[in-house]
This record gives sequence, C-alpha cells and structure tokens, in this order.
Amino acid sequence: MKYVDEYRDGDKARDIAAAIAAEVQPDRSYAFMEFCGGHTHAISRYGIEDLLPKNVRMIHGPGCPVCVLPIGRIDDAIRLAKRPEVTLCTYADLMRVPASGGLSLMKAKAAGADIRMVYSSLDAIRIAEANPERQVVFFAIGFETTTPPTAVALKTAEAKGLKNFSIYCNHVLTPVAMRAILEMPPTPDEPPIAIEGFVGPSHVSAIIGMEPYRVFARDYHKPVVISGFEPLDVMYSILMLVRQVNEQRSEVENQYIRAVKTEGNRVAIDLCDEVFELRESFEWRGLGAVPKSALKLRDAYAFYDAEKRFTVETQPAEDNPACECGAILRGQKKPADCRLFGTVCTPETPTGACMVSSEGACAAHWTYGRFRHRETNSALRKSA
Amino acid sequence: MTKTFRRKLDFKAGRVDMSHGAGGRAMAELISSIFKDAFGNELLEQGNDQASFPTPSGGRMVMTTDGYVVSPIFFPGGDIGSLAVHGTVNDLAMAGAKPLYLSASYIIEEGFPLGDLKRIADSMGAAAKAAGVMIVTGDTKVVERGKADGVFISTAGVGVVPDGINLSGDRARPGDKVIVSGSMGDHGVAIMSSRENLTFETEILSDSAALNGLVDAMVAAAGPHLRLMRDPTRGGLAATLNELAHQSGVGFRIVEDHIPIKRQVAAACELLGLDPLNVANEGKLVAVVAAEAAEGLLAAMRSHPLGAEAAIIGEAVEDDQRFVQMTTGFGGGRIVDWLAGEQLPRIC
Repeated sequence: MKYVDEYRDGDKARDIAAAIAAEVQPDRSYAFMEFCGGHTHAISRYGIEDLLPKNVRMIHGPGCPVCVLPIGRIDDAIRLAKRPEVTLCTYADLMRVPASGGLSLMKAKAAGADIRMVYSSLDAIRIAEANPERQVVFFAIGFETTTPPTAVALKTAEAKGLKNFSIYCNHVLTPVAMRAILEMPPTPDEPPIAIEGFVGPSHVSAIIGMEPYRVFARDYHKPVVISGFEPLDVMYSILMLVRQVNEQRSEVENQYIRAVKTEGNRVAIDLCDEVFELRESFEWRGLGAVPKSALKLRDAYAFYDAEKRFTVETQPAEDNPACECGAILRGQKKPADCRLFGTVCTPETPTGACMVSSEGACAAHWTYGRFRHRETNSALRKSA
Repeated sequence: MTKTFRRKLDFKAGRVDMSHGAGGRAMAELISSIFKDAFGNELLEQGNDQASFPTPSGGRMVMTTDGYVVSPIFFPGGDIGSLAVHGTVNDLAMAGAKPLYLSASYIIEEGFPLGDLKRIADSMGAAAKAAGVMIVTGDTKVVERGKADGVFISTAGVGVVPDGINLSGDRARPGDKVIVSGSMGDHGVAIMSSRENLTFETEILSDSAALNGLVDAMVAAAGPHLRLMRDPTRGGLAATLNELAHQSGVGFRIVEDHIPIKRQVAAACELLGLDPLNVANEGKLVAVVAAEAAEGLLAAMRSHPLGAEAAIIGEAVEDDQRFVQMTTGFGGGRIVDWLAGEQLPRIC
C-alpha cells in the first residue's frame, strides 16, 4: 500500500491547500471541470472540497462511462440478455442502471436472464470457453482506458478460434466529449458554464497521451492539467491550474508523469486502430448525438460484433423529464439542484445513471458529501 | 418512445434481486415492507439482531436466528460450520447475554460429499464446545441436485441476560464513545480471495470467532455504562453505524486514521475497488459506551485476545439527519454510507 499511501498523506494535503489558498486571487473566482468520474469520486471521498478556498469551484464532468450511456443502449443489452442462447457479461456498475419499463440488468437477471458480472474482458473469454453451447456477449463500455482490453479480448477470442464470443461495443472518446462541452450553446433555462480549465483524465491519458488536448489550450485557451486519481494528485493539479489562470497561460501540463507519457501508449493505440473505427455519430446521455464520438468494430471483425450477430437496432428511449442527469453531466447543474436528488432518486432507487455508478456525480455527492447541504436535505425531506 | 420512470416496490410483477440480500437499504426496505408488516410485534420492532424478552419465571432471555449460505463452504480461517456457531453466538452476545443453546438445520444438496459434511459438522461441534454452547436440536433436509448449492445451514440460539444489563441499538446518546474491537474487513477479503473468479493471493484469514468471552470482560468492565454492541457483519462497519444512528436517533463522527485496518486488507480492497468499511467481519464488534467509561472499557478489551487491537474510533453526536460522518486521513470530511446494491453475495 505504500505506493498509494504517499499520495493520500494528510500533511502534504494541508501544505498544498495552503499553497492554493495563498495563490488564489481573492477578488476572482475559479471554475475548473474534472472530466473524469474517477476524479469526481476522489474529490468526494477524500473531502477535497473542504481543503479548497471558497472561490475555487469544481464542476463535475461527463467522464463516467455508465452515466453517459443512453437508456436505449441498456435496453438493447437487456434484449440481448433475454435471448435464450445468450450469456451477457457486464461490469457490475451497469447492473442497476434504470432502463425502460422499470427494468435494469439486475431485474432482468432476477427474472431469469443469464447475466454475469465480470471484472475484466478476459473473464468473458473464460466464460465463453467454459460454455461452448452459450453465445457469450461482452457488454463493452468505457472511454479510451477500457478500449484496449476489449481489443485484447477480441484478439484472444480470434486466436483461440472462439465462435461463441461477441462484443456489444459502446466505447466512447474523451476529447470529442470535452469539445462538445465547450461548444455547447447555452439554453434559456440552463446558464452557460464558464469552465476555466480542465483537470485532465489520468488513465485515459496514459493511453492517448497529451497531444489530443492541445486543441483545448490552443484554440479554446483552456488550461489542461493531466492528473492522477489520488487525492494529492488532484490537489496539486488544481494548484497547477490556478497558476496557469493567474499567469494567463493555457497549456497542457502533466501532473501524472508517473503514468502518462507525451505520446501515450503506442501499442494500445495501434491495437485499437486495428480493431475499431469511428461511428458516424453516437448518442450520449446529456450531450445528445455527438458526431464521431464513439467506436465500433471494423468490418474485418464484424464476426465478433454483437450488433451484427444479433441485429441490434437501438430504439430511442426517454429519460425521466424531472431527472437532471443531462444538465449535471454537462456541468450546468449540481446534484443538489435536481429536485429528485435524495427524494425519489437515491442509490437504492436511482432514477438516472448519475446516481448509480460510483463515478457518477450524484452517487458521489449522495454517498460522501450530502452533509454539506443540510438545509437542502431538510427542505427535500419536508417536501417529499 | 418508452418511459423509464421509477416504479415503487411492485408486489404484482416485481422480483427479488440480489440487492435485497446485500445488507443495505434495499434489504431494510424488503424487511420493513414485507416481514415487519406480516409479523409485526413489539419485540420485532426492537430492530436488533436478536430479541430480548422477560421469561415467565423472571430474568431476561434473548433469542436469535441466522441462515448461512457462504460460498465457498471452506475458506481461509474457517468454514460454514464454525461460522454458523460464531455468527449465532455473537448475535446473542451482542445483547450482553450468555449464549446457552443452539439449533442447527442443514439443507443439503443431493450429491454433496459425505466427507465434507462430516468435516463441517465436526467443525461446528468444535466451535460450539470452544464457545461454551450446546447444539441441542436440529433438522436435516436433502433437496435435488441444483436446488441448493452444496449445503446451507440455519441456526437458532438462546441465551440469558445477567441482571442489570440492558443493551439495545437505540441507546446511543450524544457524547458516547464508539469502540471497535479490532481490524475491519478481514472476513470479506478472506472470502473474496478464495472465490474462483477473483483469484488473488493474500494471507488474510477470516476473523470468524465467538465473541462471548470478550463480551463477558466488557460487561464486567463497563457494566451499565455500556449502551450497546453490534457485530458489523454484512455491510461492514458502515452499515452497522448507519443502522445504529437510525435506531438511536443520533449521528456519529468517526476518524478514519483511528480505524484499525490491516495493510493486506486495505491493499486487496484497493485492488477490487471496495471500501474496507463496507466489508464484512465475523469476529469483531462495535460498542457504544458512555464517555466516562470508555478508557476503562478499552483497556479491558485490549487485555482480551480478541480485543487486542481495539480502538476508540469516534463518538455519537446530535444530528437530526443521522449522518455518519468521517474525517478522512486526507483531512477532509465525508459521509460513511450504506453500500447501495450488491457488493458480494453469500459472504456468510
């Protein structure tokens, strides 16, 4: 544990907090978006908000793969899982996401569908090998971090000659989503968000490197600091962002040098290029249809594509109109701004995906931070 | 377009899913809206892991029942047989009772190896003897292959409460101290390390143990200052403190750095993305005690082998919202919540 304890040291945290407090200009405010759900989780779990000056605000971004997956895609997965010949393998986070008709993967499992929770894409390969009579579908989701393991699973299946394995691909791309956030037009009832810089993804950047973020520094004049997931990483990255803003710089800086190289991971990038290609467009919860924002299997690997093997045709599905997941994923609202938060929507009875995943802004705020809004909580309880 | 709006507990078409057995709010809701409705009485309303009641001939008794479905049946540091004794004895002991008699019902799947069954029964017998209780009645059922998973054990237990002892989950008061008897999360991590789909190597053993001896020492040391005890099994310390906060109508403030957690347990949890405070224990207890008796109780616990690593981790506070709040080692504050949904089924 030593390797991680040193990034959670309370004394060092206080030192960095003092540095941030000393360097922020008291007459202005700072608003930074942490793109990744992993950062949102760290900020909530370690109480980082308590260590920041009042005029430094963190805006939670859309980097929670479970949260941005639209309901229609979960509906597809449930339909796949209900086929008698299919065993659906999924990461546990997805099990409780509300789908259409009051369903979820967990409820579909309780009703008899063969759904297995896996910890890695290779677990799905093992299940396919052990059950040759079953059609094993791997429900692949995630940003650039989890894309290479899916590619490895596919190549492994190919090498083993596994005919009963396929991939339901929902991999999405980080830089495209960051751009979509910055390009978002303000709407009458949602204020524009003034993001002054990004706490950049850690594991995603370990794959894609630093280059893909240059556009934000150069064209949008937004500083980006690639940050590790440990709380001291986040604190130090915030300090680096404050310094860039104070010095009117907008650069891509790398706080996470122990894992992120400028050029990324070439082997992983090449493997993904070989296996995947861009979708014309992909629907994101909160961001809508975003062109060239997601991946599908190349034609050469169509055999392993569950969407082709089982002809999946995604039907649009409506979010609960009272659910603010969309605005929260765009950074326009905070979890406590949603009138469902903590009343009908809790981690046990989620209305939207942001309350399900541990990386979701609502789940993180509910699980770790809701004591900060006692008055709101009381008002909510009275009105509930 | 299809609607996705949330629906309430649906008795017509709804089904039990794994979250209903995970020890969190979903299970609490299931118990409340099905079993409490059906069985309702004032003893059940106590909401403890055991019921405490006066006997017609004077004195007080406690009674408890428990089902064991742990997978795998044999795990590092124990097996389903010894676990069944420890879990039942501990539920009695948490009321301050002296555990006396247990029952044992076995539901066995066709095809289960007789040698394994004997090994489990021997282990159960030895655990009972060591804990000073007798297994005085039992039942045996065999179901067809595929209708169970190896063997399930169901127990009941009774014990007697010494005069002057009145422990209940609703007795924590602001200012009381919270003590844990040792390191958190050992049992859950030991079980996880032996699951076939989660192969990782660790030397962590389950902490499965009967706590009645430790409880005797605690009752002797703190007497009426002892407000309540509970064993943080499923859902771990987090679930237990939340239950107690709601039962007692208080909040708790605890300090992360004061909670004993073994390095290997912390490392395994890190790897699996779990919080050790949500992970099950089978040989640990949480005690709430009046502040003036806390140091004396702590010393008594530390001089017992099962309480050697006991620590004061925080205190009860006034809080109309019943939050369990923790100062993190990092210096910030956060809530320690029940875990939503399923962390790991069949932990006990």
